[in-house]
Parts: sequence; C-alpha cells; structure tokens
Amino acid sequence: MTKAGTRTGVRTGARTGTRKSGRVGPLVAQPVGAPDLDVDALLADPDTRIIVCCGSGGVGKTTTSAALALRAAEQGRKVVVLTIDPARRLAQSMGIEKLDNTPRPVPGLAPSDDATAGSLDAMMLDMKRTFDDVVESQASPEKAQQILQNPFYVALSSSFAGTQEYMAMEKLGQLHADARATGRWDLIVVDTPPSRSALDFLDSPERLSSFLDGRFIRLLLAPAKGPARLMTAGLNVITGALTKILGASVLRDVQTFVAALDTLFGGFRQRAQRTYQLLQAPGTAFVVVAAPEPDALREAAYFVERLSEEQMPLAGLVVNRASRAPRGALSPDQATAAAERLEEQESSAGDGAPTAGLTAGLLRLHADRGRIVARETRLRKRFSTAHPDVATAVVPALSTDVHDLDGLRRVGDLLAAHAGPAA
Amino acid sequence: MPDSPADTAPDWDGVRLHVVTGKGGTGKSTVAASLALGLASRGATVLLCEAEGRQGIAQLFDVPPLPYEERRIVAGPRSDGGQGGDVYALAIDTEEALLEYLAMYYRLGRAGRALDRFGVIDFATTIAPGVRDVLLTGKVYEAVHRNRRSKDARHYDAVVLDAPPTGRIAQFLNVNNELAGLAKVGPIRSQADNVTTLLRSGLTRVHLVTVLEDMPVQETADGITELRSGHLPVGGVVVNMTRPVELDEDERGAAMTGTLDAESLCADLERVGVSTTDLLVSDLLDEAREHAERRALEDEQRKRIAGLGVPTYELQRLPDGIDLGGLYELAAELCRQGMA
Repeated sequence: MTKAGTRTGVRTGARTGTRKSGRVGPLVAQPVGAPDLDVDALLADPDTRIIVCCGSGGVGKTTTSAALALRAAEQGRKVVVLTIDPARRLAQSMGIEKLDNTPRPVPGLAPSDDATAGSLDAMMLDMKRTFDDVVESQASPEKAQQILQNPFYVALSSSFAGTQEYMAMEKLGQLHADARATGRWDLIVVDTPPSRSALDFLDSPERLSSFLDGRFIRLLLAPAKGPARLMTAGLNVITGALTKILGASVLRDVQTFVAALDTLFGGFRQRAQRTYQLLQAPGTAFVVVAAPEPDALREAAYFVERLSEEQMPLAGLVVNRASRAPRGALSPDQATAAAERLEEQESSAGDGAPTAGLTAGLLRLHADRGRIVARETRLRKRFSTAHPDVATAVVPALSTDVHDLDGLRRVGDLLAAHAGPAA
Repeated sequence: MPDSPADTAPDWDGVRLHVVTGKGGTGKSTVAASLALGLASRGATVLLCEAEGRQGIAQLFDVPPLPYEERRIVAGPRSDGGQGGDVYALAIDTEEALLEYLAMYYRLGRAGRALDRFGVIDFATTIAPGVRDVLLTGKVYEAVHRNRRSKDARHYDAVVLDAPPTGRIAQFLNVNNELAGLAKVGPIRSQADNVTTLLRSGLTRVHLVTVLEDMPVQETADGITELRSGHLPVGGVVVNMTRPVELDEDERGAAMTGTLDAESLCADLERVGVSTTDLLVSDLLDEAREHAERRALEDEQRKRIAGLGVPTYELQRLPDGIDLGGLYELAAELCRQGMA
C-alpha cells in the first residue's frame, strides 16, 4: 500500500463505506452518524442574536463560549460575551478579571481578511450585584435599603441554589434590552453557571417564581384575608413551631423580608417570564456542550430533550476534549502485543535494539489512546443513536491550556473545522 | 507520588468522617466511592453519603436509585481473605432530613406535618441555604455519632461524604458562619455548634480531588486556603485521571522537538512483525509529542500541588472508563498508597 493510497483509503473508506483490502481500523474519526454542526454558518447568520452555551460542570462551557464570541467578532459581528466563572488567566487576557458587572471591550482582535471589523465586549457575572440592581430598580430607595440589609436577603442573594442561574438570565435580559436600544451589539453569547445539572439554568426562573408564589409566603403576607382566614388556626400552630425552632427574632426577620419582597413580586415574575420567552424566540440558539464522558453526555441528552419539549431552538452539540483518533491501522490490542514482544525480545535475548524500550512505550501510548478513542466513540454513538438529528461538532483535546486569545482562536478553528485531523 | 508498600498503615487511621470535594469534572464522586470501598476492604463498615440529590452513587455502583434510607450496596473486597466490611449508601434529601430532624428533636407531631403542608419546609430550605447545609451536615453528624445515641441503629466505622464542589466547600462546612446572621440563638444554632465541633475535630478530614490542569489545581489551592482559615482539617489531595507514565525525560524532550529517530522506530516495529506505514509512524510520533506536551504541563501542576504541603495520592485515568470493576481497581490503588 502506498502512502498516498493509505491516506485516501482511510478517508474514502470512512465516508462511503467501501473498504479497501486490509484493515481500515476500527476507530471512526468523526461524529458517528450525526450531521456536522456548521459553526461558521451559525455565527455568520445575522438572525442569530443570542447563543446560550449550556452543559454540566467542567466540560469547557466558558472556553467554548469565549471562543465562539471571539470568532464571531473577528468575522465582523458586534459581540458581547457574558461569562460566569472564567479561569483567572483567561479572564486576565480578556481584561475582565475585575468583577464590575459591566461589559468591557476586549483588546487585541484580529479580524479575518474578508471581514469588516467587528467588536467584542466581555463581562463576568456578579451575581449579588445583579440581584441588588434588580431590587434597586424595582423598589423605592427606602424600601430597597430595607431589603438589601435584611439578613435573609443577604443569604438568598449570595447563595440561594439557583440564584446564579436566575441572575445569568436576568443579565441576559438586560444585555438584550441594551443591545436593542443602543445597537451596540448584534450577538450575545452567554455562558451558563457551573451547576451539576445543565437543566438548572432553564429551571431557575420557574423555581424562583414558584418559591415566591409559595403558599407559606402568601400566608405570611395576608394571614387574615379571604379563605386564608380558615387556616389561621393552622398558621398559629406553625408560627408557634417555627418560633420554637428558630427563635422569635428569626421569624420576625423572615416576615419583614417577605413583606418587603412583596413589592418586587410582580416585577420578578414578569422579568422571569420575559427572559424565558426570549429564549424561545427564533433568534436564540442553544449550543449544548459536553465532554465524551457518560455523565456529561447524559446531561446533554436531558438538555436536548428538554429544549425540544420547550420548543427552544437547539443549534447543536459540541463535544469538547475528544481524544484524537489515530489515522494508522494499528489496533490497541495489536499495539499492546507488539510492545510486549519487544520487551520480551530485549530481556530474553539481550539483543534488543537500544530504542526498544522507547518504541514499546510509544506502542503502549498508542494502545491507550486507541482504547480511549474507542470508548469515546461508543459514548458519542450512543448519544447520536438516540438523538440522530442533533448536529455535532467534535473538538479534539488540546495538549496545552487555553488562557489567551490565540488559544481561543485555535479552539474557534477547531470548532469550525472539526473534521480536521490535526491542530 | 507516594510509593507505599502494600501493607502500610493507612494515613487516616482514626478519622471517622471523610469529606470529599473537587471541581466539577474531576471525578470526586468516583474518588469518594473508591475511598469508601477501600476503607471497607480494610474491614470497616462504611457509610457513603451523597449530598446533592443526583443519584451518582447508584449510577457508579449500578444499583437502582437510592431512597432516603441507608442501603447496603456492596460488600467490600476482602484484601486479606479476612472479614471485609460493607459499604452502605445514603442519598440525603434535605426536606426529608428536616422532617426527620424535627421529629427527632422537637416532637412536633401534627405541627411537623403541617409545616410540610404549608410549604414551610420548602420555604425554609430555599430561603436560608444555611439551613439546608446544617441539615445535610447534621445528618452526617448523626451517622458519625450514632453509636452513642442509639443502641439499635447500625454503627459505622467511617462515613464518606461526597460533598459539594470545591468552590462551595468551605461555605458548606462553615455552617456556623452561614447561620450566624440568621439564627443567633435557639436549638438549630446549637445543632450547628455541635456539627462544627465535629467538623473541626481530629475525627474529620476534607480531601480534595483534582486533575492536573490549571483551573482545578488553582481551585484546590484556593479551597485549601479557605478550609484552613475556617479551621477545617485538610486531608489529602487526590490527583485523578493522570496519564500513563511512559517515556523518560530525554525521550519526551526529543518527542517535543521532533527529533525522535523514525528509522530505528521502524526497525523496532518491523522486528516484532508490525508492518510500518508512514501514517503509523507519524501517528506514533504525534502521540509522543502530545504526550510529552501534556506531561510537561502536568509536571508543572504536580509541582504546584507538591507545594501545597498535604499528602497526595494519584489515580491513573482508566482507558475504558469507570465501571464497577474500575472502582475496585481505584479502591485497591488508594489502599496501596495509604489513603484508605
């Protein structure tokens, strides 16, 4: 087999299913059965106004959203990217290490040749500040002050499970309104908080508003009105119990807080609903990010199903950190066997070549890589069998960390040209 | 990397509560499960708790979703042919825990159920995250101290808690601080005080799981600082999913500069009957370069971890992923390195 022949043989073999003689190798290089996600078309489409990157924690959402934003900006879009928790060095290189909750221009853009210059602004979400802003914009100054100082508000705004998700949505709504009013941006890219479950992001507005809608809150607000009067006896039992557990001062704080929150009540619900509708609008595109791991792909599957249930527009799936498939035809088992034979020869006859140890090492690395690729392929295949319509981009793992614009550009290239065998 | 012989005494003898944390994606649940298995293999009866309602334990051990009750999920591997301990699992549910807590300490009876009916439980656990954390850690406290409280209940030699991620761990364990603004006196406060006493005592260790990448290592370092300033006892750092150790330093240097000798590589391959193509050779050389680059980055991170001044353990990435068999392998490795 000639060198050129091997190369085309592998390529056409994989694409058309016609196999040349000899082994082609069990490791299929690219998305198994799933259509390709055309990242550049998505970014270039002027109708794409919002891109939401979601997925479970630790799969590279922040890097993916920053890379998409940079690529779009260098192709001429006016972009703002909302990141949640970027790595320190990446934040520094984008000039957003300071948490001031305001988008700042990112220096150092290098527009691609045929594009008119776009722009890129970036910001890091300050959850508490965003919450405070909402309170201040909704309530009178005295009332706002009263709320901001309440110990329950302090706890809720800094660590309520879901506050971060809710505030990311809130900020998205604000940026969107800002973009519409000023024309400063034509594309908003949103990173989502590093939660366990990707669904938390979609569930948070509902969770917050159903919490505010809760029976107990209504009771605390109007214990003696209407049908609630019938429950007053029950309420006394409850306040009695709560006082016993928490102490009277805590209950008083709760009551003040809830009464104060009542002012914001309508505003909260409305805003949550508006943002939710924004996510269902055609200008929005969800990019689900995963790593080739069972947990991450399971979360991705849940998310994809949920999006279609809610009629939210899904652009596709990005599988980060994929191991690069070997192009040659030596299977993991063959490589392992060859490595063992080499070492055997060396130790038994003592006539092994000086490089035998090195070669055996290379073969074992090759076998290890092959096994990992096979496993990842299996996992992706499982996903694409269940969700055959989801366009997919597979991004090979980089052997270096991404912490500057060049790194982001490289990720952007890989996202757009994900069939490329080498970086 | 600690190179302990197989039968070293475990490093954490006398520790009753192992809290395992780590950044998302580093495999903290896997490590927590392996640690529980490892401890059981030394004969301990172990309770493995998960605090985030994700049913990760059930998935790892391939059992049906866990209810809010202690279930035996596996008999520990018996390393010495003697009695191995068992692993029990518990998925802690905050609302159930609150009801149980109320029943146990306050004998609220009808009022307790009414609280639930009126949405107070939901309210309390939502509005005051500190309450949620006190309940979770309180349940763990109860399991650790059980032998003193009740003679009928099962006694555990060790409890392993699959805890919230590194970014939230100090806050989670510092239940007192969280509650300080909310409840200054009263029974829930004294419960928090008891829990804090346990968490800061010699009976507890907080282990941090990381992988050899910049951000997780940074979070680990930050986490350790935070834990220490909160007077919470730091245990070990588990470096998870490390790459295989192949190629020595010179070879990696040559791989990076592209000066590995392709001809002798081909000769070696031919000698053991592997037909060489340019594609295969470039595969092997590319893989060597990537491996060397990764190792260089990893070694940098290893140095940072060594500088943290805590015992470290390393678990290699399993090429076939984590299944029950893999879990046992990791548990054996933790025993060998002295963590369990």
